[in-house]
Amino acid sequence: MARTRFAVGIALVCAAAIAAAIVFAWPPEIEKVTPPAPDSFDRYRVAEGEDLARLGNCAGCHTSDPSRPLAGGRALPTPFGTVFATNITPHPDDGIGAWSREAFGRAMRRGVARDGTHLYPAFPYDHFTRTTDQQLDALYAWLMTRRPIAGSAPQTKLDGVAGWRPAMAGWNLVFLREGAIADDPSQTPQWNRGRALVAGLAHCSSCHTPRDRFGAEDRSRRFDGAEIEGWYAPPLNASSPAVRPWTVDELYTYLRTGLGPRHAAAAGPMGGVTRALAQVPEDDVRAIAVYVASLMAAAPAALQDSPEPIDRLADAARAHPEGATLFAGACATCHEQGAPMMQQGRPHLAWGTPLHTDNARNTVAIIMKGLASPAGATGPTMPAYADMLDDRQVQELAAYLRTRFTDKPPWSDVQAAVTEVRQGEPK
Amino acid sequence: MITLTVNGQMHEVEVDPDTPLLYVLRNDLELNGAKFGCGLGQCGACTVLLDDKPVFSCLVPAAALGTRKIRTIEGLPAALPAAFETEQAAQCGYCIAGMIVRAQALLERNPRPTEQEVRAHLAPSLCRCGTHMRILRAVRRAAEAMGGGVRDVAEQTP
Repeated sequence: MARTRFAVGIALVCAAAIAAAIVFAWPPEIEKVTPPAPDSFDRYRVAEGEDLARLGNCAGCHTSDPSRPLAGGRALPTPFGTVFATNITPHPDDGIGAWSREAFGRAMRRGVARDGTHLYPAFPYDHFTRTTDQQLDALYAWLMTRRPIAGSAPQTKLDGVAGWRPAMAGWNLVFLREGAIADDPSQTPQWNRGRALVAGLAHCSSCHTPRDRFGAEDRSRRFDGAEIEGWYAPPLNASSPAVRPWTVDELYTYLRTGLGPRHAAAAGPMGGVTRALAQVPEDDVRAIAVYVASLMAAAPAALQDSPEPIDRLADAARAHPEGATLFAGACATCHEQGAPMMQQGRPHLAWGTPLHTDNARNTVAIIMKGLASPAGATGPTMPAYADMLDDRQVQELAAYLRTRFTDKPPWSDVQAAVTEVRQGEPK
Repeated sequence: MITLTVNGQMHEVEVDPDTPLLYVLRNDLELNGAKFGCGLGQCGACTVLLDDKPVFSCLVPAAALGTRKIRTIEGLPAALPAAFETEQAAQCGYCIAGMIVRAQALLERNPRPTEQEVRAHLAPSLCRCGTHMRILRAVRRAAEAMGGGVRDVAEQTP
């Protein structure tokens, strides 16, 4: 008798567990709504939402064609396959026009679309879960007052288990920590505000923290630097390879203008981030700078500044004569001592972090793809050398730069980095 | 001594290996179509084709050329130069050789570009006289003459 009761008990518990798993893996659809009229939103709320959207750089992924803002389509390579950013304009069928505020909030905080399907964490809901209700209200107001644009992004089809979206429920169970993080009372309000932005909307660690084999940020290596879209997001902690200190002022200027006068210009995906941060309230950028500078407070450069740039001209020319010739013909008019651009106050090549990281990725990508001018500036751009130099020449040049402007050992990955950039180029 | 192939012809020149291609073209080979504008890869006046791709010749060291195929405005077929003349697209003319060479690369790769593709492709070449609309008309005219045509043109050719 007792045994039967025990068996029934077990069965009930199992049934409840299965039911819970089903609810968790297949969240319910949220009823469609008629897209709310743009004038139903408070205009100050909308303006606040615009700032927040720039802090989160929504357009960085969701806009691929500038004439179709937020209409999606951008392809994000991941180890599991390509994720296509979706249309987040308020178009009722192709965008999120039929999403209620509740559906929008669930997507932002739990990574579940209006129809109940799981989103992939390429959309950083593991960070957006930190947003406040007020921030979500404002973002929703801004998004719903954009121009609705028809057209869906290509379907995302990932490989293996990841291709089965309900599996993301398991990922969320293990990796998603929902909700805001509590303020640290030992820190200033500005620091806490910076941390809330960095951990939340700005989702800095999405790029700057290495990911584990499940595609989740490795919490034990937070801000240790990581590869992203063919670039390398450098460490933002005590292992920062910068040769000069990232002070609050320097970080602020860098984040807001795309050029750190004592370091270098923002490159790759970070360029777009700085162009967005150039347009948000300066207090927000200042708070981010305060927090990020504190992360790097124990970095070598923060403890000891480099007074003079390294320039081992003779050693480099001896070790890489071909690189020296290429530099003289292709780079020197801007980057050699005394060049006009240097006299306008552009930083010395030895001050930039790319040459000092232990991989050649950013140096190679900058040479081959070039750099747009910093935010708001019409000033010099760095031309792309992919069509001017062949692969071996780029390797020679990168090796020369490393020897000339750093005291670090030669890179071992230059050839691989060149090949990777070349393969990633549009044909 | 450096060997280079320009417009199908092989040349041997005595220059320092770090000499920019532009100087070799103008000073040694007397091909003066490509112009020196900024010398910093910012203006596009020096544009030539290197293996069919437009490059700033002021930033390509002679030592980097190897056996790659160089084409300059002097070696291009007539369609684009003729269309630029018909549309009177040159004012001072300083940017025009670079514009034509750059447009040639686009039309060879894509004979039927969109208006947006033409504009984006020509963006690295700067024109200070402001003949942009005539330059665009000339490219449309040349695209048709070459058997293609610009799709969704922004304005009809008068």
